[in-house]
Parts: sequence; structure tokens; C-alpha cells
Amino acid sequence: MSNASTSSAASPGPYLLPTGKVLACLDDSPYAEAVCDFGAWSASRLTSPLSFLHVLETTSGNVVGGRNLSGAIGLGAREDLLEELATLDEQRSRLAMEGGRLLLEAARTRAQRMAPELEEATQRIETRQRHGELVDALVALEPETRMLVVGKRGAASAGDHGHLGRHLEQVIRTVGRPILVAQQVFAPPKAIMFAWDGSPTARKGVEMVAASPLFRGIPCHLVSVGTDRPEAREGLAQAQRTLEAAGFEAPTALVPGNPDEALPRYQETHGLDLLIMGAYGHSRIRRMILGSTTTAMLRSCRVSVMVLR
Amino acid sequence: MLQSLRQTWFFNVRGDVLAGLVVALALIPEAIAFSVIAGVDPKVGLYASFSIAVITAFAGGRPGMISAATGAMALLMVLLVREHGLEYLLAATLLTGVLQVLAGVFKLGVLMRFVSRSVVTGFVNALAILIFLAQLPEITGENARVLVLAMVAVGLVIIYGLPRITRTIPSPLVCIVVLTAAAIFLGFDMRTVGDMGELPDSLPIFLWPDVPLNLETLRIIFPYAVTLAVVGLLESMMTATIVDDLTDTTSDRNRECVGQGVANVGSGLLGGMAGCAMIGQSVINVKSGGRGRLSALVAGVVLLVMVVFLGEWVAQIPMAALVAVMIMVSIGTFSWSSIRNLRTNPKSSSVVMASTVAVVVATHNLALGVMVGVLLSALFFARKVGRLLTVTSTLSDDGQHRSYQVVGQVFFTSAEAFLASFDFKEALDRVTIDLNRAHFWDITAVSSLDKVVIKFRREGARVELLGLNEASATMVDRFGIHDKPDAADAILAAH
Repeated sequence: MSNASTSSAASPGPYLLPTGKVLACLDDSPYAEAVCDFGAWSASRLTSPLSFLHVLETTSGNVVGGRNLSGAIGLGAREDLLEELATLDEQRSRLAMEGGRLLLEAARTRAQRMAPELEEATQRIETRQRHGELVDALVALEPETRMLVVGKRGAASAGDHGHLGRHLEQVIRTVGRPILVAQQVFAPPKAIMFAWDGSPTARKGVEMVAASPLFRGIPCHLVSVGTDRPEAREGLAQAQRTLEAAGFEAPTALVPGNPDEALPRYQETHGLDLLIMGAYGHSRIRRMILGSTTTAMLRSCRVSVMVLR
Repeated sequence: MLQSLRQTWFFNVRGDVLAGLVVALALIPEAIAFSVIAGVDPKVGLYASFSIAVITAFAGGRPGMISAATGAMALLMVLLVREHGLEYLLAATLLTGVLQVLAGVFKLGVLMRFVSRSVVTGFVNALAILIFLAQLPEITGENARVLVLAMVAVGLVIIYGLPRITRTIPSPLVCIVVLTAAAIFLGFDMRTVGDMGELPDSLPIFLWPDVPLNLETLRIIFPYAVTLAVVGLLESMMTATIVDDLTDTTSDRNRECVGQGVANVGSGLLGGMAGCAMIGQSVINVKSGGRGRLSALVAGVVLLVMVVFLGEWVAQIPMAALVAVMIMVSIGTFSWSSIRNLRTNPKSSSVVMASTVAVVVATHNLALGVMVGVLLSALFFARKVGRLLTVTSTLSDDGQHRSYQVVGQVFFTSAEAFLASFDFKEALDRVTIDLNRAHFWDITAVSSLDKVVIKFRREGARVELLGLNEASATMVDRFGIHDKPDAADAILAAH
């Protein structure tokens, strides 16, 4: 990704930083392998370092300790209880850390097999673990992050099909980097689509796609939802010119209906592997009204989604 | 919103409900016992425990902490109740709440950092001792009958023995049930809870305290309200720290201050006495698996329902059973390790702890004890830091010029040592005082430096000061350590 090739030089934005890592967030869920593969694929195309992150969540839901309902407190009750709880937490943390390390090592091996060039000195694979909430960890790592890869759902909610992971919405709202939301299976994308709505975010997004080596050479359909009006056509055509100038094959389409139904339908009929779209707006009110479209799209889409900020 | 609701209320439903039940059962005897201490009807303490537990569940800043009518607060209101009656207590409770809300709004929770660990330990130990002492009237004097003592002994055996067999039922509850049943069936003639005054016969009702709204009333209740507010917040903040430590989580101090205040306002309006967070109950709650806000809510609601519907039976509970439970509470509250640590801790810490305990036990006023403790720790600290001062000097070859090097902290406790380290009787032409590595913290330090300069001048020496500006940078109040870590480094590093 280089700044020079973007047409709007006014505000390049942090996502065009040519440096930074591809950060892939792993946990013990069915999405881990796909996240790992997407991470390796992206890092390889971007020639960026790849960083695997495993967050040890202090889920307040997991209350430790055999329950003692005796209600009796004797001498040194507080000290004993503190010791007991600390020991239990320690054991649990150690186990979780150990499990996380195995997961990270497996991911590293997998990524190395898939993209051997990541072994070279210019790029590398690192693994890291952090305690706390996923969102907090991502915010802390944001300055060194170029792009984020997460699974659609985490371990806690892997089974709830048709829902989103506990953290996903919050992550998308908080982290100002492109976020690839992975499905359970990875295959290198052969053709992708861009959900075009004419907004500034979308315009910026198209420029990012045009400038980035991530999708270079992959046909990118520009799809807009709405009634067929000249302005809509004009916007699409402009976006098409931007992409074609960057060497993309970029057919356009204008489809009627609701975005969260029409776009997935288009994707399925044309067999597209990945959907790119703009993220939640910034203002609170905008989020409440428009943000739901992003969430609905994420929920209804059967392919991996790249969310741009 | 929904997510935060889930995170603070419903992430641990089973644990919270069970713990809430255990806590409710433990709260009943305590609320009654503390009412007895304060000299009011048991229903005052029970209504207080209900409203405070329920309100703090919503408004508090520390999920998993239990607040209700407490011994620390009850001890402070004895005189007010005796001299002016219940209505004034309710008014004082209201005012206490208002003061605590103000403390929260003005973020006074941060003042807790001046209360050292030793003072906290002293407070907790003093509290335990006071709760224990408050039980003595029931088992000494004319009440000291073999029967009563035997009941208490049996109660303690049940409380501490039963958990060795099973940990699935609260042993204090078993103690109360067994002793009450024994007293009823064997027809023992002994003091019961019913003899202590009225029990709640209905849900609490909203009532404005029946006191004249004038300055005279304010004059009576204000001193009590201030002490109650201070002690309530102190114990709440300490308990919050304990729960923080136990659960390895953090809490919102200022929200807790406001929460305690709102709870006391509510308690005062519903005919309850002032209360605060309870160390013993919070430990029981955490031990029983309670972590979220739900456990305090369950505890409060269950307490009220049980007392209102089982009032007849509650009235039959012999005081001896309550005494046994309260002895357990005082033992559990006492910091046993603080006695063991007396030998190994620095003497100054031990003195602070012991003085806090001594003052509280002597005056029955926890606020006074904490004040003494905080003052003593400040003094000890000042004395220790005052020792961090060395003055060295070198004499030039011709014997006419001496250079003094001042390294360390100069302030009111070390000013005298600072003065004494100069030799004014030496006949010199020139004196250089290098202050580059010294820190002048207050006016006393500066005036003692002035003194040094004047004295040397009077002996006929020319005095040169090096690095005075840097040394006195610490004089400026609020040099912003918190928001600018570099500022602190810049000032405190060797210049």
C-alpha cells in the first residue's frame, strides 16, 4: 500500500500506513484455522509481518472456586479466602496460557507451511498473548497494526449461527483498521465484491482497495443497492474508474432491494468469495440508524467480510 | 447497555442467588444485633439492611460487595438515639446520605489513599473488638447464667463444626434454628429477639422523619451525620478494596460513595438506620460464590421477605444464638495475620495499627481512631523521609573556601538537621552551598536556608548558592506527577 497512488492525497488516513503488522486474533474456536490462513495470505500479499494474538480473557462469568455455602468465617477468613481464590485463578490462568501457547504454535506452523516466504527476514511471524478483554488488547496494539483478522464468532458463541461473536461489533466500532471477518473455511479469493453506497467511507474504501496490494489482480465487482438513478450510476462509474486505473477488473451492478438481502444474493449468484464494505459511521446517532446495516450484513453474509473504516 | 447489564448482573446467576441466600440468612441476626447496639427496635436495622442492600445493588460501584446496617455505624448513633430518639436518627441518616453523595460527586474517594494499610488493619481489628464487646452484656452480669453460656457455646460448636461435615448449608442458620427449637421445646426462659423491640410486620413504608425542620435540628444531627458519613465511606472503601483483592477486579470508588449515600437516604426515608458496606458479609458473599450485583439484591429482598413472613418465629430466636453468630462475625472480621505480623512489621506500622485500635476501643468512635492513625502514619513518614538528607563539605587548599554539598530532602522535619550540618564557627572567606541535588519542599526549608546564609554572612563569609532554582522546584504545589510522569522524573532526578 503506498500513499502516492491514492487519488485523494488530502487525508491518507492511518490505514494506508505502509508499515504495520497483520494481526490475526485466535481463540479456541472453529474459526481459528481460517483466521490463521487469512492472516498468512494477507501478510504474504501485503509483505507485512504477521502477528498472532491470543487474548486470555478474564471472563467475569467464570467464577472460580468450589462454592462454600457454610457462611461461617473464622480466624484469618479473609487471608485464607484470598489465598484459595488466588491459587484457583493461578491454576486456571496457567492452563489457559498453556492452551493458548499451543494454539499459537500450531498457527505459526500452519502459516509457515502456507506462506514460506513469511520466514524471510523482511517479514516474520510473531505470536503474543495478552490478558484482559479482546477490545482492550486490540486498542493497545492498534498503533503497530495494519490490518486485523478475526473470526466471525469466538469460542464462547461459536455455535450460535446467525449471530455475531460477543466482541465483533465492539471491535469494529473501536479499532480503526481494516478488519477481515473470517468464515470457518479459507480459500484464496478468486473474485470479490465491494458494497458501494456512494458514501465518503465507501469512496475512501475503494481508494484503499485500489492502492493496496492485498486484492491486486483479483476481479472486484462494484455492487450498489437501490433504484436505478443517474447519480447512482455516475458514482459507480467513478469508483469503477478508480479501480480500473489500478489495474482491477471491476464490473459494476445496481441491484434493487435491501442491502442485507440483495448483496448476499448477488454474491451467491456470481460465486464471489469475499465482501468488502464500509464500517459503522462515527457519530452516535448515525451508528444507531446506519450501523445496524453493517451488523445485518455481517450476520447474513455467508462469505468472509472485509470491513473498512 | 444490554451487554453491561449482563456483565454486572447476570453473568453468574446461580452463584449470586445462592450467595445472596446465604448472606440474607447471615444478615438477619446481624441487623437485629446492630439494632440492639444502637438502642432501636430490630425493625429499624432490618428495614435498613433491606433498603441499603437493595439500593447499593443498583447504585453501588463495587459488584459483589454487601452493604447493610453495620456495627460501626450503630456504635456511632447510640448517644443520638438515647438523647433525641428514633426520629432524629432517621433525619441524621438522611443527612448522612446527602453528605456521602456530595463526597462522591466531589470525588473524595481518592482521599482513601491517605489511609495506610496499617490504619485499615487497625480499623478492621477495632471493629471486630467492638462487635465482640457489644455482645458481652448478653453473657455477663445478670444474664450470665449457665444456660445462656451453654447455648452460646453450643452455637459456636455448630457454627465452626458443621462446615467440617457439610458446606452446603449455612452453619450460622443451623445454629439459630437448632438453638431456637431447643429453647421453644424445652421451654427455656431466656431473652429473645422479641424482647428487644418491634419486628417488621409489613413492608417498609415511605416516611419523612418526624422532626422540626429548623437549625436546632440541624445542630443536633449534623455532627452525627458527619461522623456517620465518614465512617460509612471509610468502611465501604476498605471493604471495596478487600473485595477488589479477593476477586482480582477493580471498582468505581466515587460511584460507590454516591451509591452509599443514595442507600442511606433511602434507608432514612424507609425507617431504617444508617449503614455501610460490611467486611464480614462481603467475605461470606465472595466465599459463597457471589460476584455480581445480583447477590446483594437477592440478599436484601430475601431478608425482608423472610422477616416479614416469619416474624413470629424470628421473635422466638434466643439472644444467645445471636451472640454466637456475632462472635463468629467478630472473629471473622479480625485480621488474624496482623497479630502475627506485629513482630516482623516496622515498629511505626505496628504503632499506627495499635493506636488506631486503642483509640477506637476507648472512644467507640471509628472516625477518631482513623484520624489518629492517619496523623501518626503521616508523622512517621515525615520523620523517615527527613532522614534522607546528607550534607558533605570540602575545604579548599588555602583553607579559606568551603564547599557544602546538600543531597536529599529538606522540609519541616529535616530543617533542623539541615541547619546543624553547617559549621558556622569556622573562619572562612567564601562558602559555596551546592543545592543541585537537594529538594526544598516547604517554607520551613527555605527559611532555614535563609538562616544559614545570614549566619555565614555575619561571620564574614561570602555565600554562593548553586542550583537553588532546581532545588526549590518542588515547592510549587501540584507539579503534576499524575498526568506528566516526566515532570516528576525531571524534578526528582539528580539535576
